Amino acid sequence: MTDMTIATAKSPLYAGRRRRNAIAKTLAWVATAFGLGWLILILGILLFEGIGGLSLAVFTENTPPPGAAGGLLNAIVGSLIITVLAVVIGTPIGILAGTYLAEYGRHDKLSSVVRFINDILLSAPSIVVGLFIYEIMVAPMGHFSGWAGAVALAVIVIPVVVRTTEDMLTLVPDTLREAAASIGLPRALMIMRIAYRAARAGIVTGILLAIARISGETAPLLFTALNNQFFSLNMNQPMPSLPVVIFQFALSPYEEWQKLAWTGALLITVTVLALSIIARSLTAARKSS
Amino acid sequence: MSIAPANDQRANGHGLSTAVPVATHAKIDTAGLAEKVTIKNLEFFYGDSRALKGISLSLYANKTTAFIGPSGCGKSTLLRILNRMYDLYPGQRATGDVIFDGDNLLRADQDINLLRARIGMVFQKPTPFPMSIYENIAFGVRLYETLPRAELDARVELALRRAALWDEVKDKLNANGQSLSGGQQQRLCIARTVAVKPEVILFDEPCSALDPISTAKIEELIDELKQDYTIVIVTHNMQQAARVSDFTAFMYLGELIEFGATETLFTTPKDSRTQAYITGRFG
Repeated sequence: MTDMTIATAKSPLYAGRRRRNAIAKTLAWVATAFGLGWLILILGILLFEGIGGLSLAVFTENTPPPGAAGGLLNAIVGSLIITVLAVVIGTPIGILAGTYLAEYGRHDKLSSVVRFINDILLSAPSIVVGLFIYEIMVAPMGHFSGWAGAVALAVIVIPVVVRTTEDMLTLVPDTLREAAASIGLPRALMIMRIAYRAARAGIVTGILLAIARISGETAPLLFTALNNQFFSLNMNQPMPSLPVVIFQFALSPYEEWQKLAWTGALLITVTVLALSIIARSLTAARKSS
Repeated sequence: MSIAPANDQRANGHGLSTAVPVATHAKIDTAGLAEKVTIKNLEFFYGDSRALKGISLSLYANKTTAFIGPSGCGKSTLLRILNRMYDLYPGQRATGDVIFDGDNLLRADQDINLLRARIGMVFQKPTPFPMSIYENIAFGVRLYETLPRAELDARVELALRRAALWDEVKDKLNANGQSLSGGQQQRLCIARTVAVKPEVILFDEPCSALDPISTAKIEELIDELKQDYTIVIVTHNMQQAARVSDFTAFMYLGELIEFGATETLFTTPKDSRTQAYITGRFG
């Protein structure tokens, strides 16, 4: 008798392990299928309901009165203006704050406070942000406005950008900072010319994800930009946006409006999907380089 | 590292350091040598813990000085004082004097950026900037000089030639510096340091991440560079110290145990701890 082969398939310990492995694997498959199933269902229905309404008119005509045909031009333009403005306001603040956290205040007590507050802001319900801007902008001004909408979305952009900027700068190795210092590079220049460059793809990814996040936000806009049936470039007036139009039209009893809501939802989804894919490929490019 | 002999040495060290407070130095023939950097009574602290104790030694112009010793002996700490690299981190401070061309580089109002342009550094891991090979070199030059394009090109070429890298990269100067091999990256870092025209170059274990062929190239380079620069090298590798340096400082537990001409130190060490280390009995 040899005592060499202890590990055989018949060993009770091993058989039990194989059984538990099979059960765990099955559960993992089921969970994945369940999650993905809903996603496919949502995208499928969206595509099915929305693609029929896609036509040139969607991009050239304004939202119609009930019972008439029309498009989403004013909502698309309003969404673009508000989103771009929100990014223009929120991104510099976010990058500067993230830079402070990662480069200057890494060991400061103030930083842990800022980081904590930023994390709260990151997960704050967006309707709270909407109410907040309503109180500090809409109420004092006496009317809803595109500006208020942009500021509300900027408040949502800031914590996302702060977080990704800090994370990406923290990933830049200290040896690179020391190397920059070793040729006599002042700290500010090191950050702008070396650290930002090394973290660029990651920071841009963060901004894209922030855009994706705000392009679907409805609640903060309901309290700030409200809506407008007409085409408007006046930031001091209520402004239409895709999410609010979808919200309003989807709840309406009119078939044309409902159809436009589906189409608008499809447009937003495709935009967010595209942004996410660009963000992903940027991250992948960074890893492989 | 074997623990038992190290402990014995520590016991010895304490006995010796109370009896003989000054490190035992072999006599150095200083004829024809110019002191580039003079370190006097240097102490260094990480927070409350003292990492360097009463270090005094001189670095001679156009010579290579090696700092050797077991891990944690303070050799890298000493090197990083010479360009005030420790200033990047809070809670680290140095006391004593480090005289560089007549000026105490530890003084609080020292212009650290200018200092670092005069005392360059090459690190353990290659650290090319995330930009092209050309820009890696030109970047540092542009910090302190405004050169016409042709002169800048010439300076980049000269720096790359001095680092023995020109022939390998002359056709791909626009390629990313991080796309080079480890050994090439390290020579790129040397070229970057040289291009700024420093007076002293500090090497912090520059070969520990490289293969033997790249190591040989870097050692050759160091030997050539000392014609124009004062070189200091920290190394774990005693053969390397013996090969490239003119003077060697042996450090142990934050103290300078022995400093002298490399040949003397390696053949007739004065201190029993030096002898134990260079014969491989600990460290």
